[in-house]
Amino acid sequence: METPDPTPRETVQPGRRWVNLLLGSGVAASIISFIYPAMRYIIPPPVAESASRFVVAAKVGELKNNSGKIFKFGSRPGLLVRLADGSYRAFSAVCTHLNCTVQYRSDLQEIWCACHNGLYDLEGRNVSGPPPRPLETFEVHIQGEDVVVTRTT
Amino acid sequence: MKNSMTFIALMFFSLHPAFAALPKDTCITCHSVLEGDLAKPTKQFEGDVHHQAGLSCADCHGGDPNDESMDAMSHAKGFRGAPKKNQTPDFCARCHSDAAYMRRFNPKLRVDQLSQYLTSVHGKRLKQGDSKVAACVDCHGVHNTLPASDTRSTVHPAKVAATCAHCHSDPVYMKAYGIPTDQAARYQRSVHAEMLAQGDTSSPTCSTCHGNHGATPPGVTSVASVCGNCHVFFAQLFEKSPHQVAFAKLGLPGCVQCHSNHEIIRPTDAWVGSAPQSVCITCHAPGDKGYTAAQAMSADLANLNSSLARAEKVLDVAERAGMEVSGAKMELADANEALVKARVNVHTFDDSALRKLTDSGVEIAAKSYQAGVAALRERDFRRKGLGIALIAIVLAISGLYLKIRQMESRNNN
Amino acid sequence: MATLSRKILNWLDERFGAGSVEEFLRHKTVPVSRHIIWYYLGGMTLFLFIIQVLTGILLLLYYRPTPNDAFESVQYIMTQVRFGWLIRSVHSWSANLMIFTAFLHMFSVYFLKAYRKPRELTWISGILLLFILLGFGFSGYLLPWNTLAFFATKVGTEMAGSIPGIGKWFLVFLRGGEEVTGATLTRFFGFHVAVLPGLATLLLAIHLFLVQRLGMSVPPSVERAIAEGRTAQRSMPFFPNFLLRDMIGWYAALGALGGLAAIFPWELGTKADAFAAAPAGIRPEWYFLFMFQTLKYLPAKILFLEGELAGLLVFGVAAAVWVLVPFLDRRIGFGRMTRFFTGLGIFMIGYIVVLSALALR
Repeated sequence: METPDPTPRETVQPGRRWVNLLLGSGVAASIISFIYPAMRYIIPPPVAESASRFVVAAKVGELKNNSGKIFKFGSRPGLLVRLADGSYRAFSAVCTHLNCTVQYRSDLQEIWCACHNGLYDLEGRNVSGPPPRPLETFEVHIQGEDVVVTRTT
Repeated sequence: MKNSMTFIALMFFSLHPAFAALPKDTCITCHSVLEGDLAKPTKQFEGDVHHQAGLSCADCHGGDPNDESMDAMSHAKGFRGAPKKNQTPDFCARCHSDAAYMRRFNPKLRVDQLSQYLTSVHGKRLKQGDSKVAACVDCHGVHNTLPASDTRSTVHPAKVAATCAHCHSDPVYMKAYGIPTDQAARYQRSVHAEMLAQGDTSSPTCSTCHGNHGATPPGVTSVASVCGNCHVFFAQLFEKSPHQVAFAKLGLPGCVQCHSNHEIIRPTDAWVGSAPQSVCITCHAPGDKGYTAAQAMSADLANLNSSLARAEKVLDVAERAGMEVSGAKMELADANEALVKARVNVHTFDDSALRKLTDSGVEIAAKSYQAGVAALRERDFRRKGLGIALIAIVLAISGLYLKIRQMESRNNN
Repeated sequence: MATLSRKILNWLDERFGAGSVEEFLRHKTVPVSRHIIWYYLGGMTLFLFIIQVLTGILLLLYYRPTPNDAFESVQYIMTQVRFGWLIRSVHSWSANLMIFTAFLHMFSVYFLKAYRKPRELTWISGILLLFILLGFGFSGYLLPWNTLAFFATKVGTEMAGSIPGIGKWFLVFLRGGEEVTGATLTRFFGFHVAVLPGLATLLLAIHLFLVQRLGMSVPPSVERAIAEGRTAQRSMPFFPNFLLRDMIGWYAALGALGGLAAIFPWELGTKADAFAAAPAGIRPEWYFLFMFQTLKYLPAKILFLEGELAGLLVFGVAAAVWVLVPFLDRRIGFGRMTRFFTGLGIFMIGYIVVLSALALR
């Protein structure tokens, strides 16, 4: 394959070396810049599931009896209520009237909306004031130390 | 002759299926084969609530349901006949005001309808001899009465407005009374009618504000209390506001002045302020304290509205582009809540309370807006990080190109 | 270093007989003429297909094919997974680029008459591959389960339903039911990651084997020039000369994909709601636009046929002609050009471009 080469080999070699270096480093760098994102991609993120189906709303023992807590569920607030008997209920905290955030009133033992005085009972049913529909209810399960709230639909 | 004809008729028509449903009752048996209005009650009575309770014609009208002759309707048998208009309240109240009697059928039912009715405009006028006003059967029907909880009943909440309108929207009928006849039409345009049509039976109809048996317009001084039964916060704020005293002095009805009594539509933020469509300029003129307050409140609301819109827009763009902005969106809900509360606080008619709410809302909206902007910047930044990969690619391409040139120039030499 | 690779190849050769493959590759050449630029397109399409397979496998690690989870899982990939936005945008852009290069490859082969004997089967397997790529595009488009995808699928499968005879059956087969539902999503996912890849692999194997065995075709104009002695037959070794040039193209494509993913990231959209009204301006992806627009222009009736039916028949005939062009263009013997088919090709390109442009207005 080698044709007789009139030019001395010494003047060709350095050029060849540089080109090989450039090619080699370019290809290597490009391969790394493809492999690196792929490697990071396949390692699962800390939050293993998208937050729209279920979320850890609180730790066991965090809520006292007859109290409530607002937690983040996707991009909407949720309300976790611990009843006087120690059991848990969870609802969407978005009032069905004009979307204000409801709260648990331990004095009334009902769920209250501060905007227009709407009231919901502990099943989420709208019992007084302007709300036209009950609150969306969620399921609550205890998993070890976590109080887990799941969307049912 | 009549007796034998009745007998023959009985023989034939005892085969009529209607008889199978009703107990043997000569009132029904005879009247069902008569003509026109005399037969009408028998056709309607099947579904009537009184019939369902086991009552017969004679239980109200007296007479003897076992007597097949015309004697059944004799005074001796206690026949009361059909009452005249001005006698109907007492006729119905014979049972309906008797608590002991009513308990046997439905202990939940009230027994004060007659006493309420006598305080109403209808009741008072009836006593004075006006037979055009409504009495029991005009609203409840007769021989086809249904309980108010039945959706087919003329006095079911969803049907009440139509029942009242039967007379009250008839200009010819109402001519002598000199009162408007557009209430029902106006009410149908209201948000209350809309909610009721959607099945929200907590939404008011005519009887909710006027009373049903004791139907009377609330009157200027008490209408605000009527509205305040449901709209609690608004009534409380209004009571402490400068308008309470001012309206009382001017003899203006509280809520109705701005919100109307029957045509209560959804208010908008444009109602507040000094623009042509605002309600404030009805009374206030440039220069007075109210005018200034209205302008200030309107400006605050507009400020919050625009901050909210701006934040929502940028967060929406970021989310559609695939950025994680759920936290910021949840924060923004608080700003929305501030707007809702601000609108309630308009009824203080004092900008200071309003300003606090709108300021906090604007602050939250501004934070959310910044979060959205940051998310978009992050999106752009990540993308630009690809420039590193591009450099590597350019290196590789130039390396390849030079290699090719080098290889082929060697071969061609 | 060289001896090590030599040793490995020898070891493999003793077991696979790989030496003959190596020998063959050394002898593979590519004809050099002013048309050489078109010879890169096949490799480019293959390269982009491999990109699709790799990014697709990565997406498979996190994607969930149910209506409750599909959108959320894509959102998860875009927002939570490290570089997930990159993988997803590259996959979406590369799909479009691949179909574009596939069309270019097909048209360049068409105009260079590379389908003539003995390459008829190469052409047929290639056209079938193109249909499979369109199937990939159509099935993949639904997978993010956003509003645009949902309604575009509805419209697209509706069109399939108007094929005479088998139309209804075909529609139900595609949709997994009468309407577009979660069953459709499951089915399209199955097509996209199992059925179509299987078919594509089979056809690709046939296509590539034939290309290697039959060598690269020389354009008719060049063949004539050589026969008339006007030029010499020039060729370039595939390995390493042509391959290095190929790699420049591939790197450029990678750069373009990166740039597109950066400057025009693929949108997430809003989750599909079957009961919401279709938003205005729903249309399928650009490679279906010309068909979509044609159907819009058809009158309700043509002669005795329903308009849409007539349109589909014409498409069917056109597709059949396209597949069978090596057998129809018989007058292509050595050196004879048939103007008719060239003209038909130009007309097709024009038609596709003009109709697509009209659809975008």
